[in-house]
Amino acid sequence: MEAEGRLLGPPLPAGGEGPGIESHLSEGALGTARGPLLAAAEVLALDDEEDDLEVFSKDTSLAEVNSFSPSVPISPSSMINQYKFEDGPELRDLFITVDDPESHITAIETFITYRVVTKTTRGEFDSSEYEVRRRYQDFLWLKSRLEEAHPTLIIPPLPEKFIMKGMVERFSDEFIETRRKALHKFLNRIADHPTLTFNEDFKIFLTAQAWELSSHKKQGPGLLSRMGQTVRAVASSVRGAVKNRPEMFTEMHNYMETFSQKINLLDKIAHRIYKEERDYFNEMKEYGPIHTLWSASEEDIADSLKGIASCIDRCCRATEKRMAGLSEHLLPILHEYVLYSEILMGVLKRRDQIQGELDSKVDALANKKTEKDQFSEEIGRLEDKVEHANNALKADWDRWKQNMQWDMRSTFTNVAENNLRYYEESQTRLHFQILLQKMPS
Amino acid sequence: MESTEPEPSDSRPEEEEEEEEEEEEEEEEEDGALLPPEQPLAAVEDCLAKKMEITVSEAEKRTGRNAMNIQETYTAYLIETRAVESQIEGQCAPVESLWRRYSEFELLRNYLSVTYPHIVVPPLPEKRLSADNMDPDFVERRRIGLENFLLRVASHPVLCQDKIFYAFLMQEGGWKEMVNETGFQLKADSRLKALNATFRVKNPDKRFTELKHYSDELQSVISHLLRVRARVADRLYGVYKVHGNYGRVFSEWSAIEKEMGDGLQSAGHHMDVYAASIDDILEEEEHYADQLKEYLFYAEALRAVCRKHELMQYDLEMAAQDLTSKKQQCEELATGTVRTFSLKGMTSKLFGQETPEQREAKIKVLEEQIREGEEQLKSKNLEGRDFVKSAWADIERFKEQKNHDLKEALISYAVMQISMCKKGIQVWTNAKECFSKM
Repeated sequence: MEAEGRLLGPPLPAGGEGPGIESHLSEGALGTARGPLLAAAEVLALDDEEDDLEVFSKDTSLAEVNSFSPSVPISPSSMINQYKFEDGPELRDLFITVDDPESHITAIETFITYRVVTKTTRGEFDSSEYEVRRRYQDFLWLKSRLEEAHPTLIIPPLPEKFIMKGMVERFSDEFIETRRKALHKFLNRIADHPTLTFNEDFKIFLTAQAWELSSHKKQGPGLLSRMGQTVRAVASSVRGAVKNRPEMFTEMHNYMETFSQKINLLDKIAHRIYKEERDYFNEMKEYGPIHTLWSASEEDIADSLKGIASCIDRCCRATEKRMAGLSEHLLPILHEYVLYSEILMGVLKRRDQIQGELDSKVDALANKKTEKDQFSEEIGRLEDKVEHANNALKADWDRWKQNMQWDMRSTFTNVAENNLRYYEESQTRLHFQILLQKMPS
Repeated sequence: MESTEPEPSDSRPEEEEEEEEEEEEEEEEEDGALLPPEQPLAAVEDCLAKKMEITVSEAEKRTGRNAMNIQETYTAYLIETRAVESQIEGQCAPVESLWRRYSEFELLRNYLSVTYPHIVVPPLPEKRLSADNMDPDFVERRRIGLENFLLRVASHPVLCQDKIFYAFLMQEGGWKEMVNETGFQLKADSRLKALNATFRVKNPDKRFTELKHYSDELQSVISHLLRVRARVADRLYGVYKVHGNYGRVFSEWSAIEKEMGDGLQSAGHHMDVYAASIDDILEEEEHYADQLKEYLFYAEALRAVCRKHELMQYDLEMAAQDLTSKKQQCEELATGTVRTFSLKGMTSKLFGQETPEQREAKIKVLEEQIREGEEQLKSKNLEGRDFVKSAWADIERFKEQKNHDLKEALISYAVMQISMCKKGIQVWTNAKECFSKM
């Protein structure tokens, strides 16, 4: 049970399981800025200590809109612009938005709910429009249901539960906005998925009122059965499920190991770049005004000085925009794929486990000559299961890779465009300034 | 910086006043102003800088024994000069050269400051007291600064004609002795005297007071600007260099990708280029910073001229005060009235008056002193006014030079920034193309 009020001091690592009541963190304690500039060699070496969590910390220098009512586009056409649909926009029949975070305070706890709006033309939905409120716990429930139903499909990542490593205020505007965007993405990726989009729990999640959802949740396999699965999974993974693994999945496994490593590095690099840009911005803010101050003691060169001051200010504003671009696009995408890499490793493991079940039964059959019929029926069932799992994973893997490629291409292109815009804006102002200088006064 | 001299400003008051070089010119005594003798101004075309190429071309580590016979390491700088004659058939005059160390430059500057107190003497690059005077970057920038100093002196209408300066450039041996023989150290004003004058002077020329304020402001704002610029440069360095990490990771990632591989790999290469480009950019900016720094140090030279004026003015005021009190004494003695309290007056009341002969003698002495005093006051007045006039002329020259130089520096800064933007645009355009092919 959680007490009211806030804990002081560093957050205690909360236990992982269950419908956790999120613990309060000390308010207003933020990560400290990085220390003095590193030499070239140091800058190039990123190690595990570089846990930059700018995305989650309060940053008042950002020009981001205060996000208690974020301007999330509701209209379908603008949602289409947000990311690609494999089947083409005209085939889309389910549109979901997540917005309007609201704080709820009860005697026991404080939590945030988000509004989930669904618009659809599908026949299996009773209505064409739904509006419900969901909290993070509900999303967790949905994800675990999907994982159970489709163990070898790639279920999209959810934003993390806690941020353990920094002293971050859990309910900071920026944290909530980042989470909201990630939840929005989560639901839309499911809607996009050829199989998951028709999942019954997904439909209930989108349409049920709060009490309906609670009662439905209680019907599912409880905590115990999930734990049972975990135990079995661990047991079977120990027993060389790897040995009969088809070549294709070994390749996937190797790929994911490298991919996971690289994407984590990129995530760190991107955060570091963001931080460096912010530090640069902070110094630049002071740089321009000095020129203006100087111009006050001068006559002949006052105009030149003021001109340089305005160029520097323009550059400052352009830097702000560049930073905003990073935090809106690159950072969330890289983070999502960091989570994806964990998910994929998990999916590969589960596939191995399913195969492991079959293999162990086959081994057992080899030892027991009796009860052959019973066994062979079970083995047949398991063989089907393995084949189904493998096919599902293969298809989903291909789909995931395509999406990943598309996402990376568009995100990094966006980064390049941001930088181009930054340099072009700065350059324009400078050109103009030089023209002014050279004009006879 | 290249070894062409900084362009002397085009319109200078001295040029309009004097065309001849050699003769002392006596103007009419409308305002009693005589330019200091033996210091005619050189016209622009005859400044040493135009007649001679001057460079500080090399720096070399040396070891030797100093004045206290202690072994030390120092850097010596090679000064090369060559007469610029009309070049017939591509013939060049031979290059002459000699080595000088920083302390000799300092000696030269001190000599010039004392000998020409009405001139804003160009500053030397800074005397760095911290650890590494041997650091090659520091030595290189100092070399450029020293060359700049020599060129500034050589283009100054007054300073360029100084014999000691010429000997500094041409005569390796015995130069130090030559300087010391001028006895300039004796002419130097003590700091204490100058400080005293600054506080007590009653009627300094307002323009000098304003100039002093200006030079304080200039120094403060330029040093603030340089500090922030250095921090901005550090941050910018960080931004660029971190992008270099992309290169490495993209390259490693591309190894496991089939379709994306090429795009990633080549994009990574552009990120490397981007990260490397900052080095040249920042080096250029250092030159810009040095240009500003020169004017930071010029502020001190301006203040020195103001101080000299305050000293002379104070001296004048004291002399006038002294004369007035002597005249009063004389009058009192002559008329027997005591207008002001004086110990003498009291004692004579107490102990009886002096004899008329004694009084006469005193009066005679005082009258002689008064006559001398009046002569001195007259000449001090003249000196003071001459100083103000010639100092102000050089200050106007300096102002034009400063405005010109700083404006050019600011323009060149903008040009540098544009060049940086251009490079950025090029790199990111290439990177964008690579990304779009992923």
